Amino acid sequence: MKILTGNDLPTGAVVWWTGRDWSLHVEDAADVDEQGEAIARAEEGARRVNGPYVIDATATPEGPRPAHIKDRIRALGPTVRTDLTLKPADPNAGSWVI
Amino acid sequence: MYKYDQYDQAIVDARVAEFRDQTARRLSGALSEDQFKPLRLKNGLYLQLHAYMLRVAIPYGTLDSRQMRMLGHIARKYDRGYGHFTTRQNIQYNWIKLEQAPDILADLATVEMHAIQTSGESIRNVSSDQYAGAAADEICDPRPWAELIRQATTFHPEFSYLPRKFKIAVTAADEDRAAIRLHDIGLKLVRNDAGELGFEVYIGGGMGRTPFVAPLIRPFLPVDNLFSYCEAALRVWNRWARRDNIHKQRIKILVHDLGQEEFTRQVEVEWQAILANNSDVPRAEFDRIAAFFEPPPFETGLPEDVDRSDPDFAVWLDQNVRAHKAPGYAIVNISLKPTGGIPGDASADQIDLMADLAERYSFDELRVTHAQNIVLPHVKKADLYTLWQALDAAGLASANLDLISDIIACPGLDYCSLANARSIPVAQKIAGRFADLGRQKELGELKLKISGCINACGHHHAGHIGILGVDRKGTENYQLLLGGSGAEDASLAKITGPGFSEDGVVDAVEKATNVYLRERQDGERFVDTYRRVGMEPFKEAIYG
Repeated sequence: MKILTGNDLPTGAVVWWTGRDWSLHVEDAADVDEQGEAIARAEEGARRVNGPYVIDATATPEGPRPAHIKDRIRALGPTVRTDLTLKPADPNAGSWVI
Repeated sequence: MYKYDQYDQAIVDARVAEFRDQTARRLSGALSEDQFKPLRLKNGLYLQLHAYMLRVAIPYGTLDSRQMRMLGHIARKYDRGYGHFTTRQNIQYNWIKLEQAPDILADLATVEMHAIQTSGESIRNVSSDQYAGAAADEICDPRPWAELIRQATTFHPEFSYLPRKFKIAVTAADEDRAAIRLHDIGLKLVRNDAGELGFEVYIGGGMGRTPFVAPLIRPFLPVDNLFSYCEAALRVWNRWARRDNIHKQRIKILVHDLGQEEFTRQVEVEWQAILANNSDVPRAEFDRIAAFFEPPPFETGLPEDVDRSDPDFAVWLDQNVRAHKAPGYAIVNISLKPTGGIPGDASADQIDLMADLAERYSFDELRVTHAQNIVLPHVKKADLYTLWQALDAAGLASANLDLISDIIACPGLDYCSLANARSIPVAQKIAGRFADLGRQKELGELKLKISGCINACGHHHAGHIGILGVDRKGTENYQLLLGGSGAEDASLAKITGPGFSEDGVVDAVEKATNVYLRERQDGERFVDTYRRVGMEPFKEAIYG
């Protein structure tokens, strides 16, 4: 599957396209198929996102898992500061990244 | 240390107002990201993996307690309670919101700080010896010249759109603590046979994709000609730099391509033309700047003896405290490399504490080192034990300066959008493997440096042991290098062979240290043994 990500313009937070809006959580990401570039242009033009780009991901029961480690780290947070990640209490979060 | 006059303050305040307007226009949509990006980069604001990142300039790594407290305030109010001290003696914040960035710059301006020229194709923060003004082995304080360069090049139109970034370091001691030969321009203050002060000028060093140790371009440059000569070198580079290829734009490539002799000739020709226009900074202006760097009022008649009866204190004293030029004083290194910690990170509370301790014990001065530690430069020996107790209580008394766990590491893939692999977890695992301080001391001075990509922010080329993280088909992989040095014996490390997994590279480091322990002769450091026996015994142990 292909999913769309970028950064929130005023805060810089990593965000994921849900099909209708942007979410902080990668598990909310929708499969954009071939529509990613068009959605990215429209959303960037409307200043709802900064620097959007399409990435490959794998569909899993827990939600999309980005194909590249860089995007998995973007999705979760720094692996060396789990207290600052989106799932600080999840002991399996680190293995999800690696 | 230098204090802003009304012109300095007006310049910085105006820049804050300008950036506030630019940010508002970006948020309103009047500016696109393509238009805004070069403007934010001119103010040190990057967009990294998780958020915006702000890099704040700490000129030549010197700051006072008021400024240090402001860094803690910013960490607490605008970030997530910590900051990261960098290999250019700056500090970075990882979780900055664009909408708050102008307020941060405004706060910084109240304590004579900014983020100007910490990014982009400009002359970056001038670095220097972290012991400047305190070191027993320096011939004078190099910082007035560093400040002169900073002032003369800030917003200088000729240097505002350079081919690439440009880094200058200034030192004044035989022991090179600022890696001057790995800079675009490295300047070492020396005296000639007549006793006059001048510079050895090294040009064309650097790390990154194509590392070079800078050759000596001019053995003696009179101090009064510092600016004109640097201007001549920059002008020659600006004229010929490969603007068509981002990987070949640094001055090191030009020096290499032209050759040392031809590059030197062109700089000399350009310099003579500049001298005819008398564009050097007037001596009176240098004297004005230098007056800010007068030594603090050191007391005399202080005791030299230190009570070593507390064994933990004695270990720290031997490892982290260095000789001071003033009798009865010492230089204290605060390690930001606790076992399991993140190299260079400090919490807001730790930053505040270090500010308090500087105010109480070090004439209100601190330094940031390129090895990502903090220095209190002027501490009475009589205060060392009390100071150590306060540091120890805050987790800041790791006695590992220059040992294998005193690792330089870039933020790597945990934070950096350019990185290919994570650096910090590797640093943590190596520090954990060698957690026993006795084992570290047995290995002696061992500079281990880790970069998460070829850009080499973690100085892996200059490590006695270097580690470079690469992306191998989507998986993190780590190359091991041996034999580098950023010190006065500067050299570039060589790759041992095929790369390793994260755990594999930790094992390989341990095997390399075992070869050293087996092969070393009296007095040899790791890098000395490597240079004597060569790569083969290490390769055999690592890959055999």
